[in-house]
Amino acid sequence: MKSMHITASAMAIIAVSVTAAAARDQVQITGSSTVLPYATIVSEAFGENTDFPSPVVEGGGSGAGRKKLCEGVGENTVDIANSSSRISKSDIELCATNGVSEIMEVRIGYDGIVFASDVNGPEFAFTPADIYSAIGAQVAKDGALVANANKVWSDVKADFPAQNILMYIPGTKHGTREVFDEKVLIEGCKETGAHALFAAVAEGADDKAKASAANKECMKLRTDGKSVDIDGDYTETLSRIDADKSAIGVFGLSFYQNNTDKLRVATMNGIVPTTEAIAKGEYPVSRPLYFYVKKAHIGVIPGLKEYVEFFVSDDMAGPNGPLAAYGLVSDPELAATQAAVAAETPMAPLE
Amino acid sequence: MTDISAQPMPSQSAAASIMVGSKGMKKRHAAEARFKAYGVVAIVFSLGVLAFMLFTIFSDGISAFRQAQLTFPVTIDAAVVDPTGTRDRDTMAKVTTFSYAKVLNNSIVAALLAKGIPQEKVSDKELGEMVSKSAPAQVRNMVLADPSLVGETVTISVFANGRIDGYFKGRVTRDTASRDSNVSPAQLDLADTLRDAGILSLGWNSRFLTNSDSSDLRPETAGLGVAILGSLYLMFLVLVICVPIGVAASIYLEEFAPKNRWTDIIEVNISNLAAVPSIVFGILGLALFINFAGLPQSSAMVGALVISLMTLPTIIIASRSSIRAVPPSIRDAALGVGASKMQTVFHHVLPLAAPGILTGTILGLASALGETAPLLLIGMVAFVDNYPGAPIAGFFDPATALPVQVYSWASRSDPAFLERSSGAIIVLLVFLVIMNVTAIILRRKFERRW
Repeated sequence: MKSMHITASAMAIIAVSVTAAAARDQVQITGSSTVLPYATIVSEAFGENTDFPSPVVEGGGSGAGRKKLCEGVGENTVDIANSSSRISKSDIELCATNGVSEIMEVRIGYDGIVFASDVNGPEFAFTPADIYSAIGAQVAKDGALVANANKVWSDVKADFPAQNILMYIPGTKHGTREVFDEKVLIEGCKETGAHALFAAVAEGADDKAKASAANKECMKLRTDGKSVDIDGDYTETLSRIDADKSAIGVFGLSFYQNNTDKLRVATMNGIVPTTEAIAKGEYPVSRPLYFYVKKAHIGVIPGLKEYVEFFVSDDMAGPNGPLAAYGLVSDPELAATQAAVAAETPMAPLE
Repeated sequence: MTDISAQPMPSQSAAASIMVGSKGMKKRHAAEARFKAYGVVAIVFSLGVLAFMLFTIFSDGISAFRQAQLTFPVTIDAAVVDPTGTRDRDTMAKVTTFSYAKVLNNSIVAALLAKGIPQEKVSDKELGEMVSKSAPAQVRNMVLADPSLVGETVTISVFANGRIDGYFKGRVTRDTASRDSNVSPAQLDLADTLRDAGILSLGWNSRFLTNSDSSDLRPETAGLGVAILGSLYLMFLVLVICVPIGVAASIYLEEFAPKNRWTDIIEVNISNLAAVPSIVFGILGLALFINFAGLPQSSAMVGALVISLMTLPTIIIASRSSIRAVPPSIRDAALGVGASKMQTVFHHVLPLAAPGILTGTILGLASALGETAPLLLIGMVAFVDNYPGAPIAGFFDPATALPVQVYSWASRSDPAFLERSSGAIIVLLVFLVIMNVTAIILRRKFERRW
């Protein structure tokens, strides 16, 4: 029991000594592991070019980051959440219940999602329909829904090689997965006609409810091991492909660009993924990247506003800046973002 | 019993001689030989795995301690770095590293021209990309520290780009470069020429141990400075927190506590706590130290408190067993000549138990040094660019730790970070070996057997 007393008093002493410790003087950032490399590039340059300390940047996933942002206001909460998908209504509600009423949304640019396989493997030219036919749970066959029985890629489309179907896709905690679901699976589902079949049998009050029920069905993947969720980051997908050369993985464009010696990228609808193709809107699988700033912390945490302004400045996020060099597709509406940041405009409620 | 032994022996064993092995004896010998062989196989297998692990780590990581550097004269253009001409530090600080990059780019083009090295296949921009992106900041800091350098020409030594460095380490080849958007085979050819001309050289890279972490754009400058400092802070704080609490708890439990149901419960709980997965302590630390006590995130202090909770049971168990190992005769003798209970403990038992306590503490610290999981939850697995300050205020600054750095480099996209990650493992192993050897030496030197 005495040990308990000693422990308790030691903790009390520490707690008291902390109140005397200085206030936090660096920005704390958490969230998406896709945005993490961009944020570290900016953090490093910010530390070099200003008298403020470099912000501390953590990864961990978009959803987890936004939840942390919404924990409340105060020095022991984070200032910025990076996110590779847009903040959801439920996040904003959570924020509001915890007293985080004003959030600034900053769109930093666009990122492509690419499909890549081992560099020595065959070349693939995909359409969203091919991906859906390969890993969707149920596919359309002769006007009816059947369980997916495709074993090799040549079952999907005759001119594909007879290589086993195996796809490594991002797990559900990743923002990338949302884009994959929306831009590849649901699109592919529609192209193959499975979406219409799902909608026909779906229960719902009107067409809209039926369509959203069909979307949910389209996002269901086969569970026989042909599609594997990767909860880690892209390095894990890369090492899995290294171990099983017949697999196809889903990567961020910037990751692929750093590993072109190991990976061969597949085209989507005949378009090779490049920053130019994404900027022009030709490559279909891309998504905007965001970060969310807790407005209550501006003016309290030193360097917060300066960091945000530095991030969206032409020198960093512009088409010739270091972020673009790393693989970010710069936002054509960057000037509007810069103005919004300068005016500290909080984001409008989501419809 | 006597009845049985009085019975005549069975004829079979009566006939067998001691000198000639019976069937049963052969069988037992064979079993023994087999068992020995199993043992040898087990040891050979584990040594083999260890050797393989060390081989991969060292072959991947030892190159992190060597780095390609470029040495060339830089003319610090006054028109760029000090457009107002005031030579005032604060005004000059407005000029960013982007402008300094142009200064460096012009200087390296001029340096090649002066040496008569042709670069027709490599554009001026590509030539500039062969220099590390950290170089502009290096020059900027130099100029801001000494404004009199403006307009002068100084010879500086900066890192080469990570891809060029990788070429000299065998990571990048002309074949991979032809497919890589970040480097071209022509740049590699030029790098060879630069090496022959003495501009580019490969040397010992002490900055791997002192630099802070860096972004994905410049793996060549990433270093372990913050991580080593963070780990040292962690170890120091864990020591300061754990040793007094652990030793006091074990003395009380061994020497003073009555043996009843309560102390039994405490004993079982301590053993159980030692087996709790470390991530659980991370969750506890987040709730208790950050959310409730309001300690700063990512700081060495919170990390140390969490790791202390984890290490305490180990230290208490080790201390208790070394206190128990002191023979009761010593206590009896002390009590017999009139020492109080406390005098007995502090004058006789504790000094004799000290080597064991010390060894247990060092081994506990060594295992705490390699801990990552609890640090993940309290924000120490992060990109931290600034060194934590000097103690005591520095204990509350953001920091990382060595195993954390291994983890975060292993998940970076640029393959150059793999080398860094293995290099960090080597540093971590060196720390562990030092701690374990210290523990062995202390034990050998002070241990007493009765």
